[in-house]
Amino acid sequence: MFRLEVRTSTPAWFNLALPLLAIGATLVLCSGLIALAGAGVLEAYSVMFTASLGDSYAITETMVRAAPMIFTGLAVAVAFRAKFWNIGAEGQLLAGAVASCFVGAIPMPGPLAMVLMALAGAAAGAAVALVPATLRVKFKVDDVVSSLLLNSVIYYALMALIEGPWKDSFSGYPISPPIEDSANFPVLLEGTRLHLGVIVALLTAPLIWFLIVRTTLGFRIRVTGENPEAARYGGINVERVLISTALLSGALAGLAGVGEVGGVHFQVMSDISPGYGYSGIVVAMLARLNPLGVVPAAIFLAAVMTGAEAMSRATGVPAFLSDVIQGTALLAMLVALLFTAYRIRRVGVAR
Amino acid sequence: MSAVFEQIFQVGFLAAIIRIATPLAFATLGEMFSERAGVLNLGIEGIMLLSAMTGFTAASLSGSLWLGVLAAVLTGMLMSALHALFTVVLGLSQHVCGIGVTLFSSGLAYFLYRLIFGQQSVPPNIKGFQTLPIPVLSDIPVLGPAVFNQFSLVYMAILAIPLAAFILYRTPWGLSVRMVGENPRAADSAGVSVIATRFQAVVLGGALMGLAGAFLSMAQFNAFTFGVVSGRGWVAIALVVFGRWDPWRSAGAALLFAFVDALQLRMQASGLGHIPYEAFLMLPFIFTIVAMAVMSRNAVAPSALLKPFRREER
Repeated sequence: MFRLEVRTSTPAWFNLALPLLAIGATLVLCSGLIALAGAGVLEAYSVMFTASLGDSYAITETMVRAAPMIFTGLAVAVAFRAKFWNIGAEGQLLAGAVASCFVGAIPMPGPLAMVLMALAGAAAGAAVALVPATLRVKFKVDDVVSSLLLNSVIYYALMALIEGPWKDSFSGYPISPPIEDSANFPVLLEGTRLHLGVIVALLTAPLIWFLIVRTTLGFRIRVTGENPEAARYGGINVERVLISTALLSGALAGLAGVGEVGGVHFQVMSDISPGYGYSGIVVAMLARLNPLGVVPAAIFLAAVMTGAEAMSRATGVPAFLSDVIQGTALLAMLVALLFTAYRIRRVGVAR
Repeated sequence: MSAVFEQIFQVGFLAAIIRIATPLAFATLGEMFSERAGVLNLGIEGIMLLSAMTGFTAASLSGSLWLGVLAAVLTGMLMSALHALFTVVLGLSQHVCGIGVTLFSSGLAYFLYRLIFGQQSVPPNIKGFQTLPIPVLSDIPVLGPAVFNQFSLVYMAILAIPLAAFILYRTPWGLSVRMVGENPRAADSAGVSVIATRFQAVVLGGALMGLAGAFLSMAQFNAFTFGVVSGRGWVAIALVVFGRWDPWRSAGAALLFAFVDALQLRMQASGLGHIPYEAFLMLPFIFTIVAMAVMSRNAVAPSALLKPFRREER
């Protein structure tokens, strides 16, 4: 007989083992789809790996894709730590993209433009995240639904801009005017797309880790998430912590949009984010809400996305496999997390 | 203004409202059943997409539209059963699981569609449902041709509203659903299986989401495209809140949204639009967010929404 027993603590190696277990299970489950498509499973996965991490150019492409997911992953991780259920990283990213595109189109010296773009994008993302947080603190409105619904509001606002005042009057395409050339983020490696924003993303993760683990605000965020009653009893203004968390989370998601505008697209279009906001949830869960874990988790998803296209060309397996892998990985991780709450014990029938 | 009013009372406009409202009504009723039992199903967006895909595929391969509808309904039930397994049986967090189900189902829909139909320059289509005039009723002026000269799935949606209200308010099972959504501990003491009731409500909701998907790909567009759902699942989430978790109000909310949507389509087509059409599409979301703030004082949401039930925990 086996039975589930409630765990009181989890060993440290779980932080690494659980995501690996979830990713392993995901790859095994999705191999069924590769076989269904009539391709060799090992071949497909090896093409995927080579095309995303096999050489230095491939690695830069993967990193460019990972950058926005590092930001949205951090945004979600910070929010979920405080149990502020921010499902709105997608909308906050779009708001950040729009704001930075607006600033980037104003002629000014490049470095100044880049700093102002980042500030504007972070502020826009924070402003959007402030809405569900305020509604929750002041009116006890469920933050899951309000933050999710705001994604649609922001999306339509973006569409109204690029099909209205921003529309390209020459071609008629619904795209914004490009930002100034001087505001384009510098490319770090000649011949690649590796831009400054990628490095900023990589540096932000340890910064957020430090903030969560070592600072007073981080302590307050963690206590508020783990036990709001105790936090309140201990003199923490839980409402204020939730608002601060939302501002931080929204700013991080907004920066994801800034990177896409300044470093990749140089303008705003309707599909500027292929769901990076939602991917942020997958990243944060795989990272077990640890800001340092967000980096490898984002790189994993980015590698799957980059690799899927090459795999599709080589084997004919539809590239949409990467979307399936993303969803499966999230669900597998949730199941794996059960091991942190419970342990399976063998129960002797006879003693 | 008179030009606008003239257009509103055209038969074609009323018929368009009914057609736009139909998938939303199915989806909203489905989400409502799930939420009344205490389970938020954010998988709805992906479930509708996958159902639209399987329904279209089954119809196109078998030549039978009703077989397509069956496939869509079964898909909806299966995927929501997956959501229920995670959230109800295993007690995992509903919002994260829901996003997982949406990501997984959408990915699977794109993947399988591409696998079955390949990459074609013109997406394959089917001869979808044809309108089925109801004798006598369809002869009523204005209302007749608008409401009673529709697809059979539209009639199903119209019938589904009173049926859902009846099931929820007048049957023992409906009482159990409301109990496990409001106070699962009390329901458990009264001998109602919280797990089983929630599971059933989520799966029933999934069947309705499947019908919503079926309508989109087999009656409204007669094809499956990647944007066939394009946020209608999220609209349904909003409409359930806006309709205060009640079948009649939710369906009414769907009709109201359909009116706004049809109006913006008309204004776009007639070149009357000084207001960007996106402003109209935003409305249901903004209204819902405002409504949530206003309503929160007299808590109408199911009390146990988002809360997993574990018997041993007190």
